[in-house]
Amino acid sequence: MTSITGSGGHAGRELGPPVTSIGVIGWVRANLCNGWLNTGLTLAVLYLLWATLPPFFNWALLDGNWFTSSEQCKASEGACWSVITANIRFILFGFYPHDLQWRPLLAVVILIVLLFLSRNRRFWGRGLLYGWLLGLFAMGLLLKGGMFGLVAVDSDNWGGLPLTLLLAVFGLAAAYPFGVVLALGRQSQMPVIKAFCVVYIELIRGVPLISMLFMSSVVFPLFLPEGMTLNKILRAQVAIILFTAAYIAEVVRGGLQGMNRGQYEAAESLGLNYFQTMRLIILPQALKIVIPPSVSILISAFKDTSLVVIIALYDLLKTTQTTLTDPKWMGYSAEAYLFLALIYFLCCYAMSNYSRKLEKELDTGH
Amino acid sequence: MNSQQTAAQPNDDSPIIIIENMHKWYGQFHVLKDINIAVSRGERIVICGSSGSGKSTLIRCINRLEEHQRGRIVVDGIELTNDLKNIEKIRAEVGMVFQHFNLFPHLTILENLTLGPIWVRKTPRREAEENAMYYLEKVRIAEQARKFPGQLSGGQQQRVAIARSLCMKPNVMLFDEPTSALDPEMVKEVLEVMISLAQDGMTMLVVSHEMGFAKSVAHRVMFMDGGEILEQNTPEEFFNNPRHDRTKLFLSQILD
Repeated sequence: MTSITGSGGHAGRELGPPVTSIGVIGWVRANLCNGWLNTGLTLAVLYLLWATLPPFFNWALLDGNWFTSSEQCKASEGACWSVITANIRFILFGFYPHDLQWRPLLAVVILIVLLFLSRNRRFWGRGLLYGWLLGLFAMGLLLKGGMFGLVAVDSDNWGGLPLTLLLAVFGLAAAYPFGVVLALGRQSQMPVIKAFCVVYIELIRGVPLISMLFMSSVVFPLFLPEGMTLNKILRAQVAIILFTAAYIAEVVRGGLQGMNRGQYEAAESLGLNYFQTMRLIILPQALKIVIPPSVSILISAFKDTSLVVIIALYDLLKTTQTTLTDPKWMGYSAEAYLFLALIYFLCCYAMSNYSRKLEKELDTGH
Repeated sequence: MNSQQTAAQPNDDSPIIIIENMHKWYGQFHVLKDINIAVSRGERIVICGSSGSGKSTLIRCINRLEEHQRGRIVVDGIELTNDLKNIEKIRAEVGMVFQHFNLFPHLTILENLTLGPIWVRKTPRREAEENAMYYLEKVRIAEQARKFPGQLSGGQQQRVAIARSLCMKPNVMLFDEPTSALDPEMVKEVLEVMISLAQDGMTMLVVSHEMGFAKSVAHRVMFMDGGEILEQNTPEEFFNNPRHDRTKLFLSQILD
């Protein structure tokens, strides 16, 4: 009896979980050392990290050469980041005239600022729209010149980062709505529209992007009337848009099929017509569902823009490769490609980061 | 003030809904057979029957969520044909409440209510919102206006769905098993809203098995079986003196 009353006194005290199940120790136990196999794997990974990270750290940072000549690099054991610092202007801007490279730089800055502002949905409105229109005009003017006292620069000389961003941003921005239209067309009750969309999507998806770029640069001009030429960048841009749109269309179609029939019926029973139903009810929900796969496609399309090297456009990848053909800097491809990877990673990470933010903002708990 | 338009117009005694010799098939399956109904203004009809009897299909034909293949349906003087303009006009006049609410989950409650008036009726946003708040008060849920549907209980969602239909100032309200998807304790709050709507004189067609509701507000009860209207009568006659054996069997099954 006494023991019962005794324990009754303790029951009122808050009992915390055992120390070994919470905090750092708890986490380590649960995730790294639960059982012999996992403990062994953890130790193996730790050994691998110990064997590789310090040498990499020494090579890249402690022994790294940042602003040296190529001769000094050759004498050194460490990484030769000088290949980038010495050639940064060519890598970023290609054959754009050296004295005028502030213009593409400014254009890129404008683009990044606009993209950054567009991240925030509170800024979405008329002001931002005008900002984009003005920004597009300014970017075109800066790159092309020929007006307001700016020297004209032929688009054959465009290259590097501005070219990559141009192809990517406008490619994706145009491909997405086009893909949505294709997806709606494929769902259409009208047989001709539906057949056209199905054929288009299947044809484009059955062809590699490289072959479309080739066609745009080699085959397509043969069909144009004599004397008429279309800008090579524009042709590549169109090929990228047409290609990406087909993939977007299929992803969006998945989202449309995931929609509950009741949503269509509720919209229709209010008297909304087809376009209102799609715009106000179906697409906002369907597109939200497909944010993750759409972003995957956009990211891979962004990286695929580097395929334009095969039609001799000097995008970021091509300018980097060209730098490496310089006898002075041959053999430092690891450093150059690491730098290139970093730029691509930053862009892709920004996209996926934004998509997660967007998903969170659009979450209404259903 | 707002309820004026929804009230019955006793001077006009022509039927608001006329269905004549209407047939419908799903492929080879004859789902509705020779339906004839005339609904007068302010009349309240409860349609019951076992599942698969065609009762939901029948009221879904009235706002053309389903297409009929033979016969005529005339709503408020407009005949339902393939003409899209007519269909949209009728849909705006006829409110529909679904079994699964079908609120728009990406919009707030208030936006759910103002969507139709703003885009279909071209009502100014301010006016549409005031009107929406009036109906939210009416279904006693005004404090939830800024929430999303996913944050509400089933009963609250169904009351919002009713208010959403009312915002279009419909002349007829169709209810497709409005309480079947609800937990028992929420059925009452929805029925109360429907009863108060009935008291305002709204023309209502209700597919439901809520026999208490049928007894207290319906002018007519219809029993459907195998795609036909087997029996229809006043609630007293229907429940006390069912004629058909099928009706007796059905009533004994749901009233025990």
